[in-house]
Amino acid sequence: MEVLAYLIPISLFLGGIGLVAFVYTVRSNQYEDPEGDARRILSDEWDDKPKQ
Amino acid sequence: MTAQLSSGTAACPGCIAAPAEPARPIPEDVQIALSLPGIHCSACIANVERALNALPGVEDARVNLTLKRAMIKAAPEMRAADLIPVLERAGYEAHELDAGALSATSADKAGRDLLMRLAVAGFASMNVMLLSVSVWSGATDATRDMFHWISAAIALPAIAFSAQPFFANAWSALRVRRLNMDVPIVLAILLALVTSLWETALSGEHAYFDAALTLTFFLLAGRYLDYRTRAAARSAAEELTALEVPRALRLVDGTEEEVAVSTLAVGDLILVRPGGRMPVDGQIVSGQSELDRSLLTGETLPVFAEAGQIVSAGEVNLTGPLTIRATAVGEDTSLHRMADLVAIAESGRSRYTSLADKAAKLYAPGVHILSALSFVGWYIYSGDLRTALNIAAAVLIITCPCALGLAVPAVTTAASGRLFRKGMLIKHATALERLAEVDTVVFDKTGTLTSGAPEVINLGDHSTADLEIALALAEASAHPLSVALAKAAREAGIKPATLRDVTEVPGYGTEAQYRNQRVRLGRAAWVGAEQGVETSAWLSVGTNAPVAFRFTDALRPGAAEAVSGFAKAGKQVILISGDSTGAVKALAEKLGIENWIAEALPQDKAQRIQELSEKGHKVLMVGDGLNDTAALAAAHVSISPASALDAARVASDIVLLGTDLSPIADACDTAVKATKRIRENFRIATVYNVIAVPLAVIGLATPLIAALAMSTSSITVSLNALRLR
Repeated sequence: MEVLAYLIPISLFLGGIGLVAFVYTVRSNQYEDPEGDARRILSDEWDDKPKQ
Repeated sequence: MTAQLSSGTAACPGCIAAPAEPARPIPEDVQIALSLPGIHCSACIANVERALNALPGVEDARVNLTLKRAMIKAAPEMRAADLIPVLERAGYEAHELDAGALSATSADKAGRDLLMRLAVAGFASMNVMLLSVSVWSGATDATRDMFHWISAAIALPAIAFSAQPFFANAWSALRVRRLNMDVPIVLAILLALVTSLWETALSGEHAYFDAALTLTFFLLAGRYLDYRTRAAARSAAEELTALEVPRALRLVDGTEEEVAVSTLAVGDLILVRPGGRMPVDGQIVSGQSELDRSLLTGETLPVFAEAGQIVSAGEVNLTGPLTIRATAVGEDTSLHRMADLVAIAESGRSRYTSLADKAAKLYAPGVHILSALSFVGWYIYSGDLRTALNIAAAVLIITCPCALGLAVPAVTTAASGRLFRKGMLIKHATALERLAEVDTVVFDKTGTLTSGAPEVINLGDHSTADLEIALALAEASAHPLSVALAKAAREAGIKPATLRDVTEVPGYGTEAQYRNQRVRLGRAAWVGAEQGVETSAWLSVGTNAPVAFRFTDALRPGAAEAVSGFAKAGKQVILISGDSTGAVKALAEKLGIENWIAEALPQDKAQRIQELSEKGHKVLMVGDGLNDTAALAAAHVSISPASALDAARVASDIVLLGTDLSPIADACDTAVKATKRIRENFRIATVYNVIAVPLAVIGLATPLIAALAMSTSSITVSLNALRLR
C-alpha cells in the first residue's frame, strides 16, 4: 500500500497538467473556429513557417 | 485578438505615399469584419482568403468557418465597401459587420469564464472519481478515509470556484422569494458536501464528493452550450450593421457641416446627397430627385420629389441632391412613431413560458417536498439525525436535474447549429419552441419575397440601336432602374453608343446628344409618354415615339420554394404588403398565394396579425421593412432577412443571413423536431427519476448508484439531442 504515497500525488499532478494545458488552449484562442480548423488541414495551401 | 494587433507598423504602399505628418501617430491598420453566410467548406476558406489577400492594402485575412466570418487586417484607407465586390466576384455573398462592436464581444469574458469553471469541474471530478472507484471496489478503514479526505480537499475548492454561477442565480432568486432551477441544485451540492464531510469525519462509508462534482460538471456543460448558442446568435445579429452612419449634413450659412443626427433641430437646413437617407421629417426646400420609400411603405415605384414636398425620415434619396428643412426631429419623426407602434405591439404579445421554465415550476417544489418528507420520515422512524440527513441528501442528489439541465440546451444547440449551417441565426432562446407551433405564415412583399431590386423584362422587344443608346444613357446614372437596365444590357452583349453632352436631370432622367438628335431616358412625362401601371423607364430618340423598358421586382431566390414548402406542410400563407394592388396581385398569383392584402398601412399589418392571434392562430411573420416592425413584434415568432433595417432585425427572433429564402420552411420542420426531442428528453429524465428516487427514499442508494444514474441519464439526453444534427 506504500505505493499509494507515490501514485496519488502522481495522478493529481497529471490531472493538474491536463487542466493547465486546457487553460492554455482557451487563453490562446484555440476554440475560436473548431469547424474551420478541421477543414483547413485539407487545404493545399500550406505555409512552411508561421506568418510573422 | 489583441495579441495580433501588436504589430502596429503598417507596411503598405498607401502609407508610404501619404505625406508624413509628425503631429499625427502612424496610422494603424484597421480591422474589418465581414459576414459570409455562404461559406461551408475548405475550398470556400481558401478561395475567400486568396481573393482577399491578393488585394493591395490587405495585410492579413482570416476566415472563421464556425462563425461564418472573415476578419481582415488592412491598411487604414481600406473600407469594407472595397472588399465586398471582390468577394461577390469570387461568388461569395458578404455583409459588413461592425468591427468595433465585434472586438467588444470577441474577448467574450462570460463565455471564457464558464469554460474555465467547466474545465475545473471536469478535471476535479475525474480525479475524485478515480479515488471513488477505489472506494467502491473495496478500500476500507484508513485507506477509505484517506481517499475521502483527499476527495474533500479537491472537491471543496473546485466547487467553490466552479459552482459560483449557480450560487449567484439561486441567491438572486431567493432574495425575491422565488424558486428557480438553481435553488435545488445549490441545495443538493451544499447538502452533499456537508453530509459527506460529516461522514468522512466519522469514518463513514458513503461520501458524495464525486456526485457533487459531476453534477456541477454536467450542469455547467448545459449552461455553457446554452450560452454559446445565444452568444453566437446575438453578436452576429446585432452587429450586422447597416452601412449608414447616424450623421447628417447640416447647412449653416451656405457651408456644410457633418453633425450627429441627434443634434438636429426643427428648422435646420439639411443636405441629403443621392443615395443618402432622410435623417428627419421635413419639407424639400430646393432640388429635384426621386425618393425610394420601399422600406417605409413597401412601395416599389420611386416617387418624384421636388421643392415643397414633404419627406419622412427613412426615405432614400435616389438621383439629385436635396435640401430639406426639418419639421420634426428625434422622437417626433414618423420613424420614431413607427418604433412606438412596435412597443405597443410587444406589450400585447402574450408572454411565452419556455418548456424548461414549465418543467422547473413543477420540478423545484416537488424535489424539496420529497427530500424534506424523507428527512422527516426517517428522523421519526429511526430517531437518528445522521441517517435522516444522509438520506435527504441522497434524494436531492439523485433527483438533481442533470438531465433536465441538459435536456433543453443540448437540443437547442444541435438545432441552432443545424439552422446556422443553412444560414439562419436564432436570436431568441425560445424562438425554436415558438416556431414549432406556427400554423399561419405572413409574408411581406418588397424586400422579403422580392429582392427589392428591379429587373428588366422586355429587353428583347427593342432594336439593338435603341439598346445601345439606352445602355449609354443608363450608365451615366446611379438610379436603380438605370443600374438594372445597364446590367441587363451588358449581360446581353450590347455595346454602349457614343453620346455627347450626357447630363442627368435629377428627378427626371438622363439626356444626351446622339448624331445631332436629342435622346432621353427617364420618366414617362419627361420623354412625352403616358405613365402606365407598371414600373418603366422610357427612351426617346429624336422625334421618334418613346419606347418603354418595363421592370419587375425580381423574386428573391428560394421564395417560391419557401411558399410551396409551407403550403405543403398545411400552413396558411398570407401576403400583406404596402405596395399597390396590381403589383401584389401579380406576385401572389405567381407564387400561388390565395390570401393577399395590398396597400396595407403598418398599423393594418400589426392589427391583422393580432386578429389572427386572437382567433387562436400562431403566426410567423417574415418581413424586412420599417412598416413591418410592428407586425414582426406582434407575431408569435418572426424572421427577417439580413438586408432588413436595423429596427426590423431587432424586432425579429430569427435572422436569415443569406439571400435565399428556402431555409425558412425547413426551419419550421427542424423546430418541430427539436421540440419533440426536448419533450423526449424530459420523459427520459422523468423515467430515470421514477426508478432511482424510490431507491433513495428507502435508503438503498449508494454513491455508486447515484453516479451511474446521473451519468447515464445525462449522456442519453445528450445523445438523443445529437440525433437532430
